[in-house]
Amino acid sequence: MKRTAIVIAIIALAACMAFANGQRETRSISTDGSTSMEKVIGALGEAYTQLHSEVGFTYNPTGSGSGIASVKEGRCDIGLSSRALRDSEKAEGLVETPLAYDGIAIIVHPSNSVENLSMQQIAAIYTGEITSWKAVGGPDLPIVLIGREAGSGTRDGFESITGTTDQCLYRQELTSTGDVIASVSQNENAIGYASLASIKSSVKALKVDGIAPSEESVKDGTYAVQRPFMLITKATAKLSQTAQAFFDWALSSQAAGIISSSGVVSAGL
Amino acid sequence: MKAVLLSFALAAVASVALITVFLVSSGLPAIGKIGLLEFIIGKRWASTAKDPGFGILPFILSSLYAATCSILIGSPIGLLCALYLSKAASKRTRAVISTLVDLLSGIPSVVFGLVGMMVLVPGIKQLFNLSDGSSLLSAIIVLSIMVLPTIVKVSTTALDAVPREYEDSSLALGASQVQTWLGVSIPAARNGIAASLVLGAGRAIGEAMAVMMVSGNAANMPSLFQSVRFLTTAIASEMSYSSGLQRQALFSIALVLYVFIMIMNMALSWLVKRSAS
Repeated sequence: MKRTAIVIAIIALAACMAFANGQRETRSISTDGSTSMEKVIGALGEAYTQLHSEVGFTYNPTGSGSGIASVKEGRCDIGLSSRALRDSEKAEGLVETPLAYDGIAIIVHPSNSVENLSMQQIAAIYTGEITSWKAVGGPDLPIVLIGREAGSGTRDGFESITGTTDQCLYRQELTSTGDVIASVSQNENAIGYASLASIKSSVKALKVDGIAPSEESVKDGTYAVQRPFMLITKATAKLSQTAQAFFDWALSSQAAGIISSSGVVSAGL
Repeated sequence: MKAVLLSFALAAVASVALITVFLVSSGLPAIGKIGLLEFIIGKRWASTAKDPGFGILPFILSSLYAATCSILIGSPIGLLCALYLSKAASKRTRAVISTLVDLLSGIPSVVFGLVGMMVLVPGIKQLFNLSDGSSLLSAIIVLSIMVLPTIVKVSTTALDAVPREYEDSSLALGASQVQTWLGVSIPAARNGIAASLVLGAGRAIGEAMAVMMVSGNAANMPSLFQSVRFLTTAIASEMSYSSGLQRQALFSIALVLYVFIMIMNMALSWLVKRSAS
């Protein structure tokens, strides 16, 4: 009796595993990458699965660098990156398609009295030349630099626009946009950078050169600290039918409204 | 039947062998390209910079400091707790406290990291008037709490195994309870206690998730109130997007970590052999 029970359990387990594998190949879309794109991709995925209820949509927030590596190695259908591809990555057969444009907000604790920083001040702060908030018109407190890990698209965008590539002296290197926001919201000395679409009222976004970050200022380019949200695919391999359908839909005018309501500027507009 | 059991045992051996072979074969190329001395005692780690640097001395020192300090803090607490559980506690108290210690050992490390991030980091910031609480100190405190159950459980077993005759003789000669425990029981159980410390150190040096959330992750030389990165967090934070020499260097870090763990395990088995004899 016990033996038959064990045999039946093993067969049931094997059957479950077989079914699990089968489902993934035809009716699912897997996306992997940028943590800044969480809101946009979440909204798009939800809307798409409501239209096509048999499709399973997954999003893995691992960071832009990891998403690019993932699509290159075939571990996901569409990679998500919050920076443009480098030449070396394009040479490896990857193709980028802009989905939206997002501002990178420079965030501080809400109790910090500083409202505006110039680009030079931001660069000086992050390279360690300015170490106290007093030097930029704030309280007499030390500046704590919070940033992202080296493969992050947000970090790449921030460092290239402020001209501080490889020179930033971070106190903390965190691995997602959400972590940066949480860390800055807990420390009144901190300054950090995070996707404009993701920031909440727990932190304060500073003006850069007098321009406040918003969808309008990102769209007309007056807010300089911005970068594209890219969908990354392989040039050589075709997407599965389900993934291709999602890809086309996300870039169409139907999805533009969803993208805009997530706080970023749709690339189609 | 014996053959079946042997084959399962060989499967375990094969796993360890495969991991060793994989680590050595993936880790050696980068060490060859970077140079063993430059790798082990180089102070600059900048794997994605235009002029990359692959010196892991900051990571090695940070991991060693954290493991040593967490054992230094955790062992008196753990040892005295084990002493209490083994010698002084009533059966009921022992059962309750043992259950709680087991519960502590079962808590996932990411939960430790979360609690550390939410409670410990702001607490340390306020207590020491620092600009930021994420530091080596936060990691040491989290690790001390994590190694506590290991030390308590193994030391309790070791103290339980001390023959009653030793303690009875000591008491008969006029020593007090406490003098007996400190002067006879602990020395008699010293090999088991040392084994528990080595096990705890192994856990501390191999911990990645919990310390990643409280230590700040900047590749500095270790300093108590500065942000640090350990061998484990260095691998965890860069592995997902790495490529080329950077990825091979991460495997080399894994190899170095593996060597440390092997040294600790060899020390452990030597201690256990001594205690058996």
